[in-house]
Amino acid sequence: MTDLALAPALPPVHLKVHWTERCAHFALALVALALLAFLAAPLGAILLKAIEDAQGRFAGLANFIAYAKTPALLESLWNSVWVSALVTVVTLPAAFGFAYALTRSRMRFKALARTITLVPLLAPSLLAAISLIYWFGNQGTLKSWLTALGIAQIYGAPGIVLAEVFSTFPHALMILITSLTAADARLYEAADAMGTSARRKFFTITLPGAKYGLISAALVTFTLVITDFGIPKVIGGSFNVLATDVFKLVIGQQDFPKGAVVALLLLAPAVLTFAVDHWVSRKQTAMLTARAVPYRPKRAPWFDGLMSAYALCMCALILAMLGMAVFASFASFWPYDLRPSLRHYAMGLVDAEVGEAFVNSLVMAGGTALGGTLLVFAGAYLLEKTQGARPVRSLLRLLAMLPMAVPGLVLGLGYIFFFNAPANPLGGLYHTLTLLTICSIVHFYTTGHLTAVTALKGLDPEFEAVSASLKVPFYKTFWRVTLPICTPALVDIARYFFINAMTTISAVVFLYSPETKVASIAILNLDEAGEIGAAAAMAVLIVAANTVATLLFTVLSWWVDRRTQAWKQP
Amino acid sequence: MNPNYLRLAGIRKDFGSFTALEGVDLDIAQGEFVCFLGPSGCGKTTLLRIIAGLEVQTAGRIELAGRDISRLPPAERDYGIVFQSYALFPNLSIADNVAYGLVNRKVPKAQALARVAELLALVGLPGCEAKYPAQMSGGQQQRIALARALATSPSLLLLDEPLSALDAIVRVKLRQEIRSLQRKLGVTTVMVTHDQEEAFAVADRIVVMNQGTIEQVGTALEVYRDPATLFVADFVGRINALPATLHEGGSADQIRIGEQVFRCEHGSLHGHASGRDLRVYLRPEDVLARPIAPGDSNVFEAEIDKIDFMGPYCLVRVSSPRLGSSKLTVTLSLNYLAEARLEVGSRLPLRLPPDRMRVFS
Repeated sequence: MTDLALAPALPPVHLKVHWTERCAHFALALVALALLAFLAAPLGAILLKAIEDAQGRFAGLANFIAYAKTPALLESLWNSVWVSALVTVVTLPAAFGFAYALTRSRMRFKALARTITLVPLLAPSLLAAISLIYWFGNQGTLKSWLTALGIAQIYGAPGIVLAEVFSTFPHALMILITSLTAADARLYEAADAMGTSARRKFFTITLPGAKYGLISAALVTFTLVITDFGIPKVIGGSFNVLATDVFKLVIGQQDFPKGAVVALLLLAPAVLTFAVDHWVSRKQTAMLTARAVPYRPKRAPWFDGLMSAYALCMCALILAMLGMAVFASFASFWPYDLRPSLRHYAMGLVDAEVGEAFVNSLVMAGGTALGGTLLVFAGAYLLEKTQGARPVRSLLRLLAMLPMAVPGLVLGLGYIFFFNAPANPLGGLYHTLTLLTICSIVHFYTTGHLTAVTALKGLDPEFEAVSASLKVPFYKTFWRVTLPICTPALVDIARYFFINAMTTISAVVFLYSPETKVASIAILNLDEAGEIGAAAAMAVLIVAANTVATLLFTVLSWWVDRRTQAWKQP
Repeated sequence: MNPNYLRLAGIRKDFGSFTALEGVDLDIAQGEFVCFLGPSGCGKTTLLRIIAGLEVQTAGRIELAGRDISRLPPAERDYGIVFQSYALFPNLSIADNVAYGLVNRKVPKAQALARVAELLALVGLPGCEAKYPAQMSGGQQQRIALARALATSPSLLLLDEPLSALDAIVRVKLRQEIRSLQRKLGVTTVMVTHDQEEAFAVADRIVVMNQGTIEQVGTALEVYRDPATLFVADFVGRINALPATLHEGGSADQIRIGEQVFRCEHGSLHGHASGRDLRVYLRPEDVLARPIAPGDSNVFEAEIDKIDFMGPYCLVRVSSPRLGSSKLTVTLSLNYLAEARLEVGSRLPLRLPPDRMRVFS
């Protein structure tokens, strides 16, 4: 050993790189380059903007100091924090209860209940705000209930909190279901054998087991709320939060430096969430060993009844939210003439030219689904299944995870700063539907990436080694084996991209022009113009489009399953 | 036959500050079946993957049939490989799996099909071309993987723990089949295993590895009977280790265990300094209970502490005041125990044959 250390160091051995591998490295570099241009560069532009004054000179921390000296802005910061915290405190137990009912009771119609809770995901978040206005607004059906509770009006914090609870509920629920499903029945059997009470089992087995899920759900909820733009815009009234501040500063006052400062403030909780979530997911993997036996709830009439009642209540609330928007969108003249008519649809689609925006939305969502799926899968494949080019690989790994930590509003703002800069050769993209599509792809990149990585990790890692030994180039194995096996995951990714691109507001609110306005933005504009009926109608149309798309994707995945997964049946 | 068909010279592999392999030199003859044997983490799989080009050695040279392949990517080396996980393409039929490497070489379709049929017959699964891997048992899948690896008639066959995922019975059957197939085709083969019985059953030569270095290379008998190092003695088979010292003032081949002096024949005493702590290694089946003639040397009386029934034989733990605190495990047949009416607490004479004792310091 020591002799070797003293000997002159030999040059490290490198394998000659096969030309097919060079192709892979080239493709890897292309994906990394795309993410650098459309993710890292815009974020860098925000950072730069935050330390420049309005004339573009270096200003150090002057913008931050100016921000801290503006009482109105500080108030927004405080508002954002406490509203987000309150929503988290409400959503978390509500979602935990529902997840508990779905995973630990023998209640009936679980599949239906779960489907209903996913409905809010098909709608732009502001749909909840519109519904609340119809329920509790100045002319709302249940305005008196609100007054009885001592709340003067729904506009402001109460409306934001209620609407956010509704729209974050499914996100928290999905995380909690996953963590409650990962339970080892053996632990409960061991506890039963020792005569443990139900209460003690809950506090010593269930809750610790779901600990990381709870942390993760809380962080996700908090971040979703603090970075959401649509709901506070619609129902916030004069109650300012960070997200609406960014919009006002940038679009209203053209105060880019201060807008950049607020954007960085929005980035902070998201980055924190991302870091903690990353740490948590590492811990979580060790929880369930391969030998664990999945938990199967036993029949318990009282408990099952209680859980069913709770689930029923929550489903009813969700349907009430959605139902009111649908009902109001068809009402002739709220609240005086409730006879059904298509007046709002006609008005929205024809008079306000949302029809065009709707087509834009579909084009953008389609483009996002197609382009995003291709890019994400190519990137994930090259990362997971090819070798070499270490530095590019680590860079891409980082860039692929980064979008999770970047709120849409921040990304959109970065796009303005970066693509609207006169010197940028890519400036021609500004205001185009192409840039809107790219922005959506980048915004939702991480979830698609993780889905693809999971699917690819499910494949035997030796496929590539076997192919190499048989002298088959990697792309042939990709085409004949990897791609067919992963097609169901690809359909999932495409669906996710499509639905999110249809409903997103925050990522694109800075980027559209009159010609490239998308439906979700059009709803915002209708609401601003006081046409809340038409806004409701257009939101319902988005839900309808997403429902149809979901059905189509389901058919597609069924067809793909039949075509490519025949080998699964013994 | 080329005795240096596959040459490894000075192979070293570092993973960061951890050295996985160091100074590995090995020559493998054409047509030979070699097993890399060692505990997990000893570097045997890493060495196989370096031969395959799936890992890159930090230093060292690899030659196959006189050609330097040290820096060639996997596709430009010439080998077939079989993994523990089978790694069959689940969405391709058995025929497509086996023909996977043939198609790429532009082998005409009819010829490829004929080759597939031939290989499937060779691995004992004729006529299963249209099936999918999921429809076959683990043992069958591993045969298919073997057929796929052999399809292109590679000059080297690499087997990475190919039997570890299989049931005990299938494992024994398949290892014999692999061995006879290898004999029939004469393909140079390297297999990685942690199962010594498996290595004994198939290998022409066994390479015993520990902590990234080769401890011994030899036939099964050499490795078992004549372990080159302490590690090999400990790792291969069951063994007794008795603390001993050189017998001061006695003849050069005498050692002392406890209060008794034993003679050992092996010449292995040569070079051990007197007074140093030594260890005598001796396999349980080499401790003789019979025949012992009056006047035989190396005999002592022992008492039975414990008898473990192992099926065809028993492992008997004995102790003796003559040996101090050392305990000894002895293999005795069930018949002998019954015949001599031996049970826990019985006394019996035992003999340590001088030619079977190995001494290490």
